[in-house]
Amino acid sequence: MNIDRESSESEAPAYHLILEGILILWIIRLLFSKTYKLQERSDLTEKEKEELIEEWQPEPLVPLVSKDHPSLNYDVVTGPPSHKIIVNGKECVNFASFNFLGLLESERVKLKALSSLKKYGVGTCGPRGFYGTFDVHLELEERLAKFMRTEEAIIYSYGFATIASAIPAYSKRGDIIFVDEAACFSIQKGLQASRSFIKYFKHNDMEDLERLLKEQEIEDQKNPRKAKVIRRFIVIEGLYINTADLCPLPELVKLKYKYKVRIFLEESMSFGVLGEHGRGVTEHFGVNIDDIDLISANMENALASIGGFCCGRSFVIDHQRLSGQGYCFSASLPPMLAAAAIEALNIMEEDPGLFRVLRDKCKHVHKALQGTPGLKVVGEPLAPALHLQLENSSGSRTDDLKLLRAIVDYVRYNNRSEAKGRKRCGRKKCTSNRDNHTLKRIVKQNPFKNVGEIHKEWTVAGVSASRTTTHRRMQDMGFSCRIPCVKPLLNNRQHQKRLASKRTGLLLSGPKLCSLMKVNFAFPLEIRVPESGGREERHTIHVA
Amino acid sequence: MTQNSASKLINGDALHRTKQDKKAGGNGFVKNHCLFQQKRHRRPAEKSHHASCTSLYKKPFVESFEETPLLVAVLTYMGYGILTIFGYLRDFLRDWKFEKCHLAREREEQKDFVPLYQDFENFYTRNLYMRIRDNWNRPICSVPGAKMDLLERVTPDYNWTFEHTGNVLKDVINMGSYNYLGFAENTGTCADAASECTVKYGVGVSSTRQEIGNLDKHEELEILVARFLGVESSMAFGMGFATNSMNIPALTGKGCLILSDELNHASLVLGARLSGSTIRVFKHNNMQSLEKLLRDAIVHGQPRTHRPWKKILILVEGIYSMEGSIVRLPEVIALKKKYKAYLYLDEAHSIGALGPRGRGVVDYFGLDPSDVDIMMGTFTKSFGAAGGYIGGKKELIDYLRLHSHSTVYATSMSPPIIQQIITSMKCIMGEDGSTLGQERLCQLSENTTYFRRRLHEMGFIIYGNNDSPVVPLMLYMPAKIGAFGREMLKRNIGTVVVGFPATPIIESRARFCVSAAHTREMLDKALNAISEVGDLLQLKYSRKNRHGNEGSDSFSFLESHQD
Repeated sequence: MNIDRESSESEAPAYHLILEGILILWIIRLLFSKTYKLQERSDLTEKEKEELIEEWQPEPLVPLVSKDHPSLNYDVVTGPPSHKIIVNGKECVNFASFNFLGLLESERVKLKALSSLKKYGVGTCGPRGFYGTFDVHLELEERLAKFMRTEEAIIYSYGFATIASAIPAYSKRGDIIFVDEAACFSIQKGLQASRSFIKYFKHNDMEDLERLLKEQEIEDQKNPRKAKVIRRFIVIEGLYINTADLCPLPELVKLKYKYKVRIFLEESMSFGVLGEHGRGVTEHFGVNIDDIDLISANMENALASIGGFCCGRSFVIDHQRLSGQGYCFSASLPPMLAAAAIEALNIMEEDPGLFRVLRDKCKHVHKALQGTPGLKVVGEPLAPALHLQLENSSGSRTDDLKLLRAIVDYVRYNNRSEAKGRKRCGRKKCTSNRDNHTLKRIVKQNPFKNVGEIHKEWTVAGVSASRTTTHRRMQDMGFSCRIPCVKPLLNNRQHQKRLASKRTGLLLSGPKLCSLMKVNFAFPLEIRVPESGGREERHTIHVA
Repeated sequence: MTQNSASKLINGDALHRTKQDKKAGGNGFVKNHCLFQQKRHRRPAEKSHHASCTSLYKKPFVESFEETPLLVAVLTYMGYGILTIFGYLRDFLRDWKFEKCHLAREREEQKDFVPLYQDFENFYTRNLYMRIRDNWNRPICSVPGAKMDLLERVTPDYNWTFEHTGNVLKDVINMGSYNYLGFAENTGTCADAASECTVKYGVGVSSTRQEIGNLDKHEELEILVARFLGVESSMAFGMGFATNSMNIPALTGKGCLILSDELNHASLVLGARLSGSTIRVFKHNNMQSLEKLLRDAIVHGQPRTHRPWKKILILVEGIYSMEGSIVRLPEVIALKKKYKAYLYLDEAHSIGALGPRGRGVVDYFGLDPSDVDIMMGTFTKSFGAAGGYIGGKKELIDYLRLHSHSTVYATSMSPPIIQQIITSMKCIMGEDGSTLGQERLCQLSENTTYFRRRLHEMGFIIYGNNDSPVVPLMLYMPAKIGAFGREMLKRNIGTVVVGFPATPIIESRARFCVSAAHTREMLDKALNAISEVGDLLQLKYSRKNRHGNEGSDSFSFLESHQD
């Protein structure tokens, strides 16, 4: 103020004083007045609220399902799912169960289960912590650890829940998981539950994985303190259920030590299948099992029981006894199923010849199926689940499915075999040619609409595709159109995040669904399936 | 006192209600917008809930959660404080190699990896849990029925490792298993049917429902379950936990809101998280809290964008396994109807254990099953088997058949397990031609009433509803968790003790599950032992009038605020 006064000596001081007085008063007012609200909230009256509540109409709980959806009515199997199986009243040869070793109908397993039933009853009536631990559970854990030559094993009561609980037990928010793109569904669920940062590498592409690991290393150098607490994991499958490919385990172990990442290996398809003694992919490659931090597998395929297990070093596995959600919060495995698994392990240990027979049969079928016109066999010859693809896709998923379904019905009709195939890999096409024609018509009717409006019309016409798809289809047809301006709701970072999660979603609906969709095909050539007799003849090979 | 306008509306629709309110007073809206208004000025020291004389409840609904005595609370905190200090001391000694560390170690080759566990993650396990670890995972070697045999364990190194001596503790009274109707048996019709089924089908299936694992048994079970529940259609899954965690994501997604009770089971929480919906939590069994959330959700819509929610799903359980409380289902349904939300009812503990016909909490309140959109439950408990189900409208089940993850990706249920469920369920329904099921249901409710009454008379603080077979007995102090479990085992009674993190930190408790298989003698023996241990450990905290009637401090839920 003093400076002010000096500088404005020539001016009238009275004028200044008044101004300064007002200024001071203003400041005082500001100091003592209430802080104003940043965002004036328009409080709704109760009446308005009631009206809003009255107005709100939720979406139906579930969208309507068309009654003739192919998967709605499952095939009904009458009687046991053994070598000969009765599907919808028709006897077929079973080529669809994951019963790789034929232990499902083993009398020994059944007897053991029965004697356990006589001793313990059926259910356990409690989780492991609360009187749900039976001596058979302890025995099974011990036996599995011994069989796999690891320090410790832990059993879950459901195969699906095993890896899906194991991953989030270790990997938390902020940790990084490198996953193969083709990883199976339960892995995907585990990843989602872990809320970690997920990085996908191309299927079985070690260079791509190394590129990601290097990227991470560079990232780490920027912030070494943070890098010290970020756990990293590689999650892979031994034998991919979706592609029937083997993972390149020796290279992965090399990368593990180079970049200091832990490996979690899911072996549901390879346990009891690969290796001289059926110990899975580690034995197949001769990799030291201690180099793998955690191996998980289910007991529903080769062991022909129910449940799953994880094994590895006590340092790793023991943690799940308090942190594995599917272990702690779920009722334990019924003792008779545990007893059945023990007996199945006994059989596997007594007769390693089983695995050789299975391998030979796999190779045989794999070779025999080569050259089937219109279909190609993909994946590892050793894989007990064979994947057949259509050589030429018609471009539309529904048509492909129909074709495969027709082939299957043909097979079933001719009483050859029951089998499953997989369609092309990749993202499904959500609109048919007919739908596209509808779109074309809509656009031609009024070329001056924006995408949103066109999309709406298209939806009304009965096509469920997103707006982006609408836009893409239109561009494919050579139309250009306006996209209504929308204020971006996401910043860049959120955008990236969404993209990552979208990618997970795509993977879920993409190859996984295709490959597991029950589609079947014919064998133009004879497959000799011996009449049931000795155990070896009773192997069923899962042709998927 | 409840006969006023507010209580009349409960059964009527919301529109009607608003009109009445308008008549009642010009701006009566401000106070009267809630369907359920609890008296605000209730006694703080007592959390006893009575809702006996309302139109919603046909019988008294008595639930009590006695306040923790202040001294006990202080001592409990002190207990944890001391344990933590000792924990740090021990960790310090272990670091300096004064004390031998029994924990499994990382491999030498992987020492320079990022540590798999953060140090504090294991602090609790190492220093608190390890002291009382012998109370959990006790291996049993018989049927988990009313009496069981336990393997004797000894520990040479303070619970770090256990050794089995080879001795068997015979005939321990089992107060821990969820064997509500006593169907965990190795003899009788259920076991016979299951063994027949094993011979015919074997134990595994090795395929999924959508592929080749859909046996005739599965179809039979699903039709039976639907009939049992009184719903149009149902679907069964191989694991109860997975039923929740894999089906909720199929029902809701982004843009949907899930309102979940704060004490919901981990599987519900996981399912809600996996679904990607927004989750909001309401106070345990508190209808005001739920209604407030519902109102706010509909009025304000989604955060930031303010678009209306696509749908709202309320997740509740029938009986809460740690509290022994029963969901206030009539009120939840009234709210759900008013606000057009959907209701997911997890009957893991209540199915079979509640209701005159054993059909769970819906039967208990005498409600219509079609008012509950999604009926979920497990076969593990009352049926003595394993797995879970979902029941509801045909459209819902059809949708789940296509979209539930477990039909496409998970192995289907084992045939003998299915057989056990079918036989036991038919027994409960009386379709086996005997009255055995009905007798068991009566026995269970009799046992529950007796057990709860006796414990209450002895002066223990017990939580939960008077009709719930889950009976939590409060222990509070960490040291008493271990002591109670061990002392009870010494007296040949197996109980479950629970502490943090399954309960709030100061509310450690013992939990008893009453079963229809318990005879009066067994219960008396157990009660005497509990009383004895209670005196020894000074657990009789209750300051309530032990023999008087509890109804004295009741209040009504439908009290209006117009006064």
